[in-house]
Amino acid sequence: MSKPRVATTSLAGCFGCHMSLLDIDERILSLIERVDFDRSPIDDIKHISQRCAIGLIEGGCCNEENVRVLYEFRKNCDLLISVGDCATMGGIPALRNNIPLQECIDEAYRTGVTVYNPDDITPQDPEIPLLLNRVYPCHEVVKIDYFLPGCPPSADTLWAALTALLSGQPLELPYELLKYD
Amino acid sequence: MNKSIHLTIDGKPVEAKHGQTIMQAADAAGIYIPRLCSHPDLRPIGSCRVCTVIVDGRPQAACVKPAMDGMVIENDTPELLQHRRNIIDMMFVEGNHFCMFCEKSGNCELQAMAYRFGITAPQYPFQFPEKAVDASHPDIMLDHNRCIMCARCVRASQELDGKNVFQAIGRGFHRKIGVDGEKALADTDMAVGDRSADVCPVGCIIKKRIGFRTAIGRRLYDRQPIGSDIEANATP
Repeated sequence: MSKPRVATTSLAGCFGCHMSLLDIDERILSLIERVDFDRSPIDDIKHISQRCAIGLIEGGCCNEENVRVLYEFRKNCDLLISVGDCATMGGIPALRNNIPLQECIDEAYRTGVTVYNPDDITPQDPEIPLLLNRVYPCHEVVKIDYFLPGCPPSADTLWAALTALLSGQPLELPYELLKYD
Repeated sequence: MNKSIHLTIDGKPVEAKHGQTIMQAADAAGIYIPRLCSHPDLRPIGSCRVCTVIVDGRPQAACVKPAMDGMVIENDTPELLQHRRNIIDMMFVEGNHFCMFCEKSGNCELQAMAYRFGITAPQYPFQFPEKAVDASHPDIMLDHNRCIMCARCVRASQELDGKNVFQAIGRGFHRKIGVDGEKALADTDMAVGDRSADVCPVGCIIKKRIGFRTAIGRRLYDRQPIGSDIEANATP
């Protein structure tokens, strides 16, 4: 029987949660014995190739591309897990949520005190994904099955969650492993 | 009047003294009733409703309801856990609670309550309301993003400090803590040694220059759930 597949992605996140996943240290050897990685920044596979058992989502949705990637994961993963505070509640990118989008763009590209932009250009290349009006936690866009909060969730938290789900156990984190910081 | 009061909490017999609230009697018996606005040094106001218990079939706030003889009280039931969880969830989505950079994280009673209830994500949509930060005072910062309207600071300022720095103003979703009406904290007689600077359960009232002093892992609620100190008093 083929091994269950795990896909991961970083949407509006900082890759800190992926760093925390790598922080499981030598346990990663037993992880790759039990699973195959599909689409992930770790192996640089660009799209999900076949049905996955688990999708790990880092980061919330701040632009249209994030939403498309999240839809791809929801469509192709049996279990979708919001990993980290950004996926769970928007996190640091969501600090812009009570500032109008145009004000954010103006501050970043036109009026900020350290900005040098003599031609007064703001990014509008079609290659650049359009920003959403605000940053959305993943569960406000698609159905999410489990949440692992934390900034980032510790390697032990990720390990406990992955091993529980891969052995068909319910995901119940002990007290020390549920943290929001 | 000296006859003591006998009641039960979740079937366990508890003895209370006259004048005690249900919460005080429960604390003495080592039974933790979750609470946020209640503080042992302050007059209870029954505002947050996290301490709601079922007394003889009716919901009551344990922090204000006096213990009475023969009461049959439910505290640790799935329905009350869900009720409390709902309140905590609402507090999270109605403010801007960024635990990852908050100085209070690890020592925060709201966060600790969510940990105790095993909340991994709120069930309600996030509001991301626009709230102000008042950093005008040289020693104290007031971050309304994190306020849960427990009014502990209001009571501490009046009852313990003999001042009137904070008041609750507005109604409903727009309710907020006012500083001497609509002033800045620097315009008041608030001092960093005031009790009102100590009682905030969340990171709304923060003393400057002492944040992040305690290492992660050694903070108040890193290893033990909130209420463990009370539960340690339980008689077998």
